[in-house]
Amino acid sequence: MNYQLLYFASLADRAGCAGETVQSDATGLSALYDELRVRHGFAMDPARLRVAVNGQIVDWSHALADGDEVVFLPPVSGG
Amino acid sequence: MKRFALATTAIDVDAEKRRLDDSRAGACVLFEGWVRNHNEGRSVIRLDYQAYAPLAESEGEAIMAEAMARFDLRAALAVHRTGSLAIGDLAVWIGVSADHRNAAFEACRWIIDEIKLRVPIWKNEHYADGESGWLHPDNTPVESDS
Repeated sequence: MNYQLLYFASLADRAGCAGETVQSDATGLSALYDELRVRHGFAMDPARLRVAVNGQIVDWSHALADGDEVVFLPPVSGG
Repeated sequence: MKRFALATTAIDVDAEKRRLDDSRAGACVLFEGWVRNHNEGRSVIRLDYQAYAPLAESEGEAIMAEAMARFDLRAALAVHRTGSLAIGDLAVWIGVSADHRNAAFEACRWIIDEIKLRVPIWKNEHYADGESGWLHPDNTPVESDS
């Protein structure tokens, strides 16, 4: 399946890009994040991340569909 | 009516404040978050704010709707800057109007706390020594735990 990944803050720095299309056999978010950790060397523990799919915050148990936009959100620091 | 906005240019505080007008309101509380020149003992020269805009806007709207439901308010508005900001710039503006001051003070405090916790906006501090770093909500650096 193809996923549209967007990266922000420290994850964007580590990936070296703001986003990319990733082809993956992963159908779950944990498996997809594990692949990205290998691909980009993300060090952040998934327990510290929230996840958004197609612009909505979802649980890590959310099932992915082909073409989904997926964003792993580092802890925020606005304000 | 939209209550939360991201702004790529300077926030028009006077225009925002006029949107709080309500002849039933006896209290107005405003909060301004400014870019300060230091954090965690380091000298800061400027900030960049990055946002995941579609989710920041929907999450921001949800916070403002929750504030309207939780507190006895007439109006509540918030604007958050994105992009590159200098020391002293206005980074976030919050305004509430209410019939009485208690609800106005409490709601304003609650809104800024929720924004800092939930809205997908990230602060990158640029330091006087040439380094920069992304921050966690408690203003500690991301790199220390990665």
